[in-house]
Amino acid sequence: MRVSLFITCFNDTIFPRTGQAVVRLLERLGHEVEFPEEQTCCGQMHYNTGYQREAIPLVRHFVEVFRDAEVVVSPSASCVGMVRHLYPIALELADDPALAEEVARLIPRVFELSEFLINKLGIEDVGAYYPHRVTYHPTCHSLRMLRVGDAPLRLLKAVRGIDLVELPRAEECCGFGGTFAIKNADTSMAMLGDKVHCILDTRAEVCVSADNSCLMHIGGALHRQRAGVGVIHLAEILASTEAETA
Amino acid sequence: MNTSKDEILNRIQAALCDVPPAETPDDVPIAREYRHDDSSQHDGLIDRFAERVSEYRAVVRRVSSSELPGAIASSCAARGVRSLAVPTDLPDGWVPEGVEPMPDVDGGLTNAQLDVIDGVLTACALAIAQTGTIVLDGGPGQGRRALTLLPDYHLCVVRTDQVVDLVPEGVERLFEAAQARRPMTWISGPSATSDIELSRVEGVHGPRTLEVLIVDL
Amino acid sequence: MGMQLPIVPFPEAAKLALANTQLRRNIGKATQTIRAKRAKVVDELPDWEALREAGRTIKERMLRHIDKYLVEFEASVQLAGGVVHWARDADEANRIVAEIAHRHGTREVVKVKSMATEEIGLNAALAAEGIEATETDLAELIIQLAGDRSSHILVPAIHKNRAEIRALFARRMGLDHLTDEPKALAGAARAFLRRKFLSVPVAVSGANFGVAETGTVCVVESEGNGRMCLTLPKVLITIMGIEKLLPKWQDLEVFMQLLPRSATGERMNPYTTFWTGVTAGDGPREFHLILLDNGRTRVLADPMGRQTLACIRCSACLNICPVYERTGGHAYGSVYPGPIGAILTPLLLGVENAESLPYASSLCGACYDVCPVKINIPEVLIHLRGEVVRHKQDHPGPRDLPSGESLVMKQMARVFESRKLYEWAQRLGRLGQTPLVRRGFIERLPGPLAGWTTMRDAYPVAPQTFREWWRNRP
Repeated sequence: MRVSLFITCFNDTIFPRTGQAVVRLLERLGHEVEFPEEQTCCGQMHYNTGYQREAIPLVRHFVEVFRDAEVVVSPSASCVGMVRHLYPIALELADDPALAEEVARLIPRVFELSEFLINKLGIEDVGAYYPHRVTYHPTCHSLRMLRVGDAPLRLLKAVRGIDLVELPRAEECCGFGGTFAIKNADTSMAMLGDKVHCILDTRAEVCVSADNSCLMHIGGALHRQRAGVGVIHLAEILASTEAETA
Repeated sequence: MNTSKDEILNRIQAALCDVPPAETPDDVPIAREYRHDDSSQHDGLIDRFAERVSEYRAVVRRVSSSELPGAIASSCAARGVRSLAVPTDLPDGWVPEGVEPMPDVDGGLTNAQLDVIDGVLTACALAIAQTGTIVLDGGPGQGRRALTLLPDYHLCVVRTDQVVDLVPEGVERLFEAAQARRPMTWISGPSATSDIELSRVEGVHGPRTLEVLIVDL
Repeated sequence: MGMQLPIVPFPEAAKLALANTQLRRNIGKATQTIRAKRAKVVDELPDWEALREAGRTIKERMLRHIDKYLVEFEASVQLAGGVVHWARDADEANRIVAEIAHRHGTREVVKVKSMATEEIGLNAALAAEGIEATETDLAELIIQLAGDRSSHILVPAIHKNRAEIRALFARRMGLDHLTDEPKALAGAARAFLRRKFLSVPVAVSGANFGVAETGTVCVVESEGNGRMCLTLPKVLITIMGIEKLLPKWQDLEVFMQLLPRSATGERMNPYTTFWTGVTAGDGPREFHLILLDNGRTRVLADPMGRQTLACIRCSACLNICPVYERTGGHAYGSVYPGPIGAILTPLLLGVENAESLPYASSLCGACYDVCPVKINIPEVLIHLRGEVVRHKQDHPGPRDLPSGESLVMKQMARVFESRKLYEWAQRLGRLGQTPLVRRGFIERLPGPLAGWTTMRDAYPVAPQTFREWWRNRP
């Protein structure tokens, strides 16, 4: 399959290793990966903060970049959620039926990485090796917007060498919420404090998740506390192999 | 002319300008895919009702129809009940020897009397097993609402043929009473509050003790 | 008088609430307890999702044709001997209640817990008319005696512990020897209120449901204070938001399953009363029903916000909300707190009067999942954020300059529209952050982003972006 990678702006800028891992993983599984370099941002931050008129050109830009893709795969549940669930609503503001139609045609071809592997490709075991104690934080948007269910966990369980431990109160929000973390910093940090507590309780070496936006928030706190616990994107675990470790 | 009514209706019409004028309520589909009855469950119906009522910390006993008067007598004796408010159309023979029945003739019992009486004995309209609920609708053997509200002890007799399984079955059977504009009370255990530190306390304003006798026919 | 406007913006009010560790503990414990109870009884029903969908569609049908159902309901109630009043706003509703009380020569009314009467500030309005309204729900009584504000739709005194309640009752009821056992406290309330139930001639209630087909009104409760108020006084006044309608009697089979399980986590609440107009020889001799608009038609006019009127005030969204769990209800500054309050308050009052509330959520979506009528709260929150921004953009005050946020957002949107500008911004960011980065992290961000680094280190722009790596790939 020819996969168009939608890297997302913050992965591109801040977490390039995640994108590199997706490329390595998909190529290892025999797929061709292309990266349309015109891509920028899906517009989620603008849209969810209320700058919705400003988000419309970004929707248009996204469609222009990916309209001819066979499938679009992204290592961010949140950004895929924006495209799948909020683009159609956003376009009610745009009065552009042609664009709305293009969005409707594009949406079924846009996937978050774990749902692409499990639901579209039907693979659980991607041949990964990761000999560490890991706990999984399901992000709100993967869980309740995309409903990926246990797809990430099934992928993780098939990883060789992994010691996967359950995170208490896993389904509760970490308090990131995009600009919520800035606008309601105190509440956000109270939520984050509890999440970090739960992660430390597992005595995991790393906390894994399907979205770097939440991990940037959680990882930032773990680093500040010098907790000795890292964060890692799901793609990076799935891309690891014995050959590399050796 | 009721101007407030007109204005509110005008506001509504303006607000609903996106609803096509030709649309009728029936054009908006209602999804009723939930269970209306559950025949697979009928076996343990009465047991389930009894179990769920008792989970509300109400006292529940199952008796045969011949045992009923004796059961009422022992319930009253156990609580030292000497007088019972009763609706005038309570079946004969329910009130045991040694207990003074106080029939509510034409709603003649005053609130002050009901406030101090030892208890009240009634039948019911129906009962719902799924939720452990007893329904009173002012029908035979039930009396008016104050009767089962002010006394501190409510002894209620439920016949097994009055027990339905699911809430929808109960609501359907109660349609007639609603059309007849009879007031209804659904009772699921004794009154309770969890307002203080979410710690459950049975018995705030209604009868603090609810006792249910299920009569096998 | 009317619905109070939130005065303090949510982030500031939340900051105060978060600092109160006792409050946080009380609310945290309470919400987690109810949450678990709800989950248990909801899991018991194999058809829960079907019930939610039924609840949603019944309310949708009602709302799209609410005028027809209101007229039908009015006629049904009148036919059953009830008197129907229409109130455009809080003042009108309060005036109607006061007039009825005056006509019956009473200086006192007893009240069943009702969000509608709280919303319209009935107690204060009656007090101004020389009429004392006594709350009879235990938690509302606690709030009233303490002169406090409710912090939860269903358990308004959730923020108070037993010792505080004991002290309050001992003082206000003159009971020196009261213990702080919940049973003893409930007993004190029983004795205190019994006298009122037996003597006060006028009761005021809200309504959980009103059935258009039959004219039946329904109040769902636990303690029996509702039954007392609905049965014993000579006159009953019920204030019902127009959106509480159900088209048919049969619809109750859905809502009597959805509401108790979602609200208190019980299969069924202890007491529910259904009455239709006036019944000779049973209950009040006079029944007044006040149909309340007070902003509801404004909500109705917003096609996206309209679904909010399906709310049955169960408070499941409060109990599951990670924000509410930590801030409690007072931070929302509205009688409607939590996720539902964050959308209902601005919808009723206008976004310009509650600007911070649509942002009082991390959009985690837990509220939508538990909502028994499937109100898509995150979707409405996002919609209202758009309304907040659009309102500011379209109605600038005479001296208003665009905010810093607005300038930044507009600038960023322009950058994201063009690959060239975007890549330029990546390089600029990397250059600009140089003095801030220490060992791969930023410990202190400047300006409006400073909030980020009070507790978290920030990740810097990577030395090599993904696209730079991609281009240089062999």
